[in-house]
Amino acid sequence: MEPLAIYQRLKERFGDRVLEISDSKLDPFCVVDPAAIVEVATALRDDPETAMDCLSNQSGVDYKDRIEVVYHFFSYRLRHGAVLKVKLPRDNPSVHTLEHVWKSANWMEREIFDLLGVTFEGHSDLRRILMPEDWPGYPLRKDFVEPLEYHGISTVRESPIIRLDTRKK
Amino acid sequence: MSLLNTLPDYVLTTKTDELLNWMRKSSIWYMLFGLACCAIELMHTGGPRADIDRFGASPRASARQSDLMIVAGTLTLKMALRTRLLYDQMPEPRYVISMGSCASCGGLFQLAYSVCDGVDKIVPVDVYVPGCPPRPEALTEGLLKLQEKIMTERWLTRSNHANGQVTAA
Amino acid sequence: MYLHFGVPLALTVFGVLLIAAMFGLQKLLSPNNPYQRKLTPYECGEPPTGRAWINFNVRFYLIALIFVVFEVEVAFIYPIAAVYLNWVRSGQRLYALAEILIFLLILFVGLIYVWVKHDLEWVKKVPE
Repeated sequence: MEPLAIYQRLKERFGDRVLEISDSKLDPFCVVDPAAIVEVATALRDDPETAMDCLSNQSGVDYKDRIEVVYHFFSYRLRHGAVLKVKLPRDNPSVHTLEHVWKSANWMEREIFDLLGVTFEGHSDLRRILMPEDWPGYPLRKDFVEPLEYHGISTVRESPIIRLDTRKK
Repeated sequence: MSLLNTLPDYVLTTKTDELLNWMRKSSIWYMLFGLACCAIELMHTGGPRADIDRFGASPRASARQSDLMIVAGTLTLKMALRTRLLYDQMPEPRYVISMGSCASCGGLFQLAYSVCDGVDKIVPVDVYVPGCPPRPEALTEGLLKLQEKIMTERWLTRSNHANGQVTAA
Repeated sequence: MYLHFGVPLALTVFGVLLIAAMFGLQKLLSPNNPYQRKLTPYECGEPPTGRAWINFNVRFYLIALIFVVFEVEVAFIYPIAAVYLNWVRSGQRLYALAEILIFLLILFVGLIYVWVKHDLEWVKKVPE
């Protein structure tokens, strides 16, 4: 099934909880209501017409006015994929976890939490996965300010490239 | 009671120094400390083709038994704390070779938020080996340079720098 | 007659002196710089937590013991396999084969016994 057909099918089933369908030629996607993501994802998995048996990637993007969580689904049985997006507010972003729908969501959600600070409600083990436990802030946010030192190690980079940077330290 | 740095420059004491240095340089045991892709070249250097075992350098698994720490790879801030502790746990005399661009100055990743640009911010470095990653020949050359440096050290005689009293940064 | 013990006595004295000399030289010539971070337990760079004197599961030793028995079995069979051709040439093949088979059988019965007693499981179920 083509991605656009999958999104139309979702639109028929969920109505206005599917907010937006992009018909981009390169990589069409579908934006859904954050409150409905578990229902939509479970429907994608359980519907025999779509049968998405794999959450191949889950990632987060920080735009200046919002944070998006992007889900890439794939069906190994039917050989098609789909992309869902969820738009979240920038302060205190939170969405329900998909951990109990696909287990692979566990670590990917931990990574998004680690780097972007998105809280996944109902996640069984929401800890930092890459950065140290005592790291301040979320480093992939656009407004992340790097601390000047970490446990006494100076993080001021003595590099010629930093002089081109407009940041003052 | 220790005789270190107490005796004047007589032939007997300087020759004893040379003997000590010769024994130390001929049995540099290095700690297995591969952090990134440079570790592949480090393994290759210990392997049969480059074979730094012929200079008396053999890999040890524990910091307690090793004289040399070859920092092979990108040093993240999370790892930097461990590196400092491991350096502290090595017995004196101890040496550090900074292998590759990443360990020497951060290399390609020096502006990244999680990377410590240069292992010399953490521990004192004796030999820098440039390259990305350095070939086994380059690392062998670094080991030979370290041996030259070891041969210049003074132990029994009064010297400007107090060997064995090095405390970590 | 006490001279009979002269050689062992000399050897003992020599040994003790040699070891004392080694340790003494080491004291004189080696740098000695203990400080608090150096004396922390070696945990591959991680800050140590808890005590080192924790209890291991006793099942670990049982399974290790069974493993040792069967490793010895392999160590026995391998040389027999290496020289088996000589027995065949000297016409004693059935005798040698029967011997090794009996040896294997005894150990195999032992394995079955352990298996039936549920000693191969990590958590042994005790009947109530």
